[in-house]
Amino acid sequence: MGEKMSRRPYAQECPRATWYFKRPRYMRYMAREVTCIFIGAYTLMLLVGLLRLSQGQAQYEDFLMALRQPASVAFHIVALAFSLYHTFTWFNVAPKALPIQVGEEIWPDSVVASAHYVVWAVLSLVILFWAGVI
Amino acid sequence: METIKTDVAIIGAGGAGLRAAIALAEADPKLRIALISKVYPMRSHTCAAEGGAAGVIKPDDSFDHHFHDTVGGGDWLCDQDAVEYFIHEAPKELLQLEHWGCPWNREQDGSVAVRPFGGMKIQRTWFAADKSGFHILHTLFQTSLQFPNIQRFDEYYATDLLVDDGRCQGFTAIEMRSGQMRRFDAKAMIIAGGGAGRMFPFNTNGAINTGDGMALAYRAGVPLKDMEFVQYHPTGLPNTGTLLTEACRSEGGVLLNKDEYRFLQDYGMGPETPKGKPVLKTMELGPRDRVSQSIWHEIQKGRAVKTPWGDCVWLDMRHLGEKKIDERLPFVRDICISYLGIDPVHEMVPIRPVMHYMMGGIHTDTNAATPLPGLFAAGECACVSINGANRLGSNSLVEILVFGRRAALSAASFAVGVKPGNEAALAAQAEASQARLRELFMRSSGKERVAGLRKEMTDTMEEGAGIYRTQEGLDKSCNKISELRRRYQDITLHDKTNVYNTDLLSALELGNMLDCAEALVMSGRERKESRGAHQRLDYTARDDVKYLKHSMAYFKGLEAPRIDYRDVVITKSPPGVRDYSGAKK
Amino acid sequence: MTENRMGARQVELEVLRYNPETDQEPRYQRYSVPCKNEWCVLDALNYLKDNIDPTLAYRWSCHMQVCGSCGMMLNGEPKLACKAFVRDYPGVIRIEPLTHFPIERDLVTVADDFMAKLKRVKPYLIPAEKRSIEEGEYRQTPAQLTRYRKYAMCINCMLCYAACPEYGLTKSKFIGPAAITLAHRYNQDSRDGGRDERQEEIATNEGVWECSFVGACSDVCPKHVDPASALQQVKIASTVDWYLEHFMSWVKK
Repeated sequence: MGEKMSRRPYAQECPRATWYFKRPRYMRYMAREVTCIFIGAYTLMLLVGLLRLSQGQAQYEDFLMALRQPASVAFHIVALAFSLYHTFTWFNVAPKALPIQVGEEIWPDSVVASAHYVVWAVLSLVILFWAGVI
Repeated sequence: METIKTDVAIIGAGGAGLRAAIALAEADPKLRIALISKVYPMRSHTCAAEGGAAGVIKPDDSFDHHFHDTVGGGDWLCDQDAVEYFIHEAPKELLQLEHWGCPWNREQDGSVAVRPFGGMKIQRTWFAADKSGFHILHTLFQTSLQFPNIQRFDEYYATDLLVDDGRCQGFTAIEMRSGQMRRFDAKAMIIAGGGAGRMFPFNTNGAINTGDGMALAYRAGVPLKDMEFVQYHPTGLPNTGTLLTEACRSEGGVLLNKDEYRFLQDYGMGPETPKGKPVLKTMELGPRDRVSQSIWHEIQKGRAVKTPWGDCVWLDMRHLGEKKIDERLPFVRDICISYLGIDPVHEMVPIRPVMHYMMGGIHTDTNAATPLPGLFAAGECACVSINGANRLGSNSLVEILVFGRRAALSAASFAVGVKPGNEAALAAQAEASQARLRELFMRSSGKERVAGLRKEMTDTMEEGAGIYRTQEGLDKSCNKISELRRRYQDITLHDKTNVYNTDLLSALELGNMLDCAEALVMSGRERKESRGAHQRLDYTARDDVKYLKHSMAYFKGLEAPRIDYRDVVITKSPPGVRDYSGAKK
Repeated sequence: MTENRMGARQVELEVLRYNPETDQEPRYQRYSVPCKNEWCVLDALNYLKDNIDPTLAYRWSCHMQVCGSCGMMLNGEPKLACKAFVRDYPGVIRIEPLTHFPIERDLVTVADDFMAKLKRVKPYLIPAEKRSIEEGEYRQTPAQLTRYRKYAMCINCMLCYAACPEYGLTKSKFIGPAAITLAHRYNQDSRDGGRDERQEEIATNEGVWECSFVGACSDVCPKHVDPASALQQVKIASTVDWYLEHFMSWVKK
């Protein structure tokens, strides 16, 4: 039993740039976080659309023409895909933040998650109806 | 050597140790309290206890009932003055835990719920699902965090007591992470180091239950009392020995032999009660020693269920239904599925008796004081004795609270006015302790290895000190353990590192287990009767004339211990017959 | 008793070793261990230690998933060694100490930071009303017990700290999942009145606001405590508190 201090704890580093490659669940998390870029970009585009609308019919129709370009269509498809991923992942974890307890039972996660999907579907139908699409 | 000075030192931070620390901190905020443990407190084996803790609280219950259940359950080897104190303190301690936040199960009206348990006439076992020990331990540990005068020394392994001037004055311990030895000077000490089940090959105990606390006191001259009384819990998994709580039976589970017959009725615990509606203190709710012994007999008679892991009987809980099992026995279900691949909701579970608890231990009086002034003990490592020859389930989880607190009050009272000891004498003892350790550490020529000796020890304990014992078996084990203790002097370590040396710790733990094992088999050999958990095929009757006494084993170095006897304190309940038949009910 | 639990197999273990007295850095050592199919990884380690290499250091005790000692990384995933079964690992099993903690020796980590974090969040009952022992128990209905019981199941195994990238990336500044969950357990207990005191520690930048809901903690928790949900609930409660305090101070929380 030596008297000298021989402890030398070894610090395990978490690599800042590459930690999320280690497990699939971290990649899925990063994908979820990255969706906000596309949602942000789409929101900006909507704001630009509102601005054009306020500037007059000609400006607005130019804007709509731009939307029909292939690049724009591609962007919309990608943004929609990311928005759906964003939405579904958040709907699925919403029950964790909002546990509903009735008596001694806690409602299963699927109930709260399903409620989100149902409300989303109903609101979508209402908007589509109101916009004259259906 | 660095010396830490404190007022009261507690070795062991399980239920008893933590309860003692809190009691000391509450009694006097200026008291310096050192809480030492070889593991972080949450790892203490209290966490594995499942069933519950007994305390009289319901209007249909009485202290008298709890008293008689305990004394009869202990086959009259309990000290009745201690039992009297214990049962009165029990409900107060359980309420105190509730006030500290323990999540006891509740009735619909918000009051604490109780469940039936083995050997008890009235339901009085408080429970927190089937993780009562876990919740008790965590409640105590978390409560202890609010007291700044409790200083914890986590992962320190105590090696020797320092005794001078006729009293216990401290101890030496290894700081496991650095391998450095430290000396602790204390005005009073409490040992709460737990049991020694790892002496046996097949047990419910954790790796840490190696009798360190018992051996510390034993080697300092304190007798170990009633060591031969070892409890076999009836329902353990046949492959890992993992505990399935007694609550499986108190909630309605039944034991069946290979013909699916409820065999307990053949062993004085009948008549058969309706399946799923257990009647207290009979059939599956008989005391643990009787139930384990009955299973042993069924196996001897060839009526056991053959499994890949040996002979078993069935524990059938299917009739309880999934809802009840998930509410009352979720952990049990988890364990069965995890380790056996069997879901108790749908299938019967093979089980067999497994070594579980030591009724014996460090001799203390009702105030938790050992014969060595300044040294106190509480919990499974101590023997007051309230458990006698056989412990009732759910008495232990409350024993640790009652006597943890009692030891604290006694230690605090003793510590008042204690003068500092003789520095030269204490330093010399500490140096000697370190020298012994250094010698073991540096030894390079010895032929023995820890794992090899440990296996030989557990094998002989199983053979000689099982559920049923014989003169021949005990003789053989006594000789074998004595031989192993001599060969232990020749042990050599593979690991020569200072930092976190688990090889060294295993070797020290083995030494402690061998000391406890010798006290156990020697006491067992001398007790020529059958009582409670000590059953002999050659002396089948209880002998109150010669043996209504506690066995006391005194350490004699490498020689076998001296066995002496001490009268049992009888007050209200003269020795009677243990009747677990349902006939008179 | 399913068939695939019987039988035996030679299992390769790739174990991280680190001896601060002789090693500059951790290294790996390969062992071949004869295992029964029903064994858990802890059984394999115990066989290794008893029969092949007694110098390997690791923590374990209960072998029944309740003491929390045997947390380690198995093929990069934080697990309890007594809850991981060799039959679920067809190839080599890589065994390393829990990540994000300093390594003391071999598979033993330094747990000081975790113990300090536990203490910091005041994880004990601060009663809303005083009550003496003579007055009996606080009344608590089964429904009230359900509100917090799940969060009281934590065995302090630290798997969630190994899984949490925030804990790793903030170099342990984050208070972490288990500690905050334990605070939440007391906040939810009907007998408790200490929420404000705990919020000061946990509703902070080092507390819940460091959490970005990766959710890995709940994924790896062996006792289904769901720390992620506890943290989000603390975030919501903390936000509501803030609004009430700043805009509706006449409303008692």
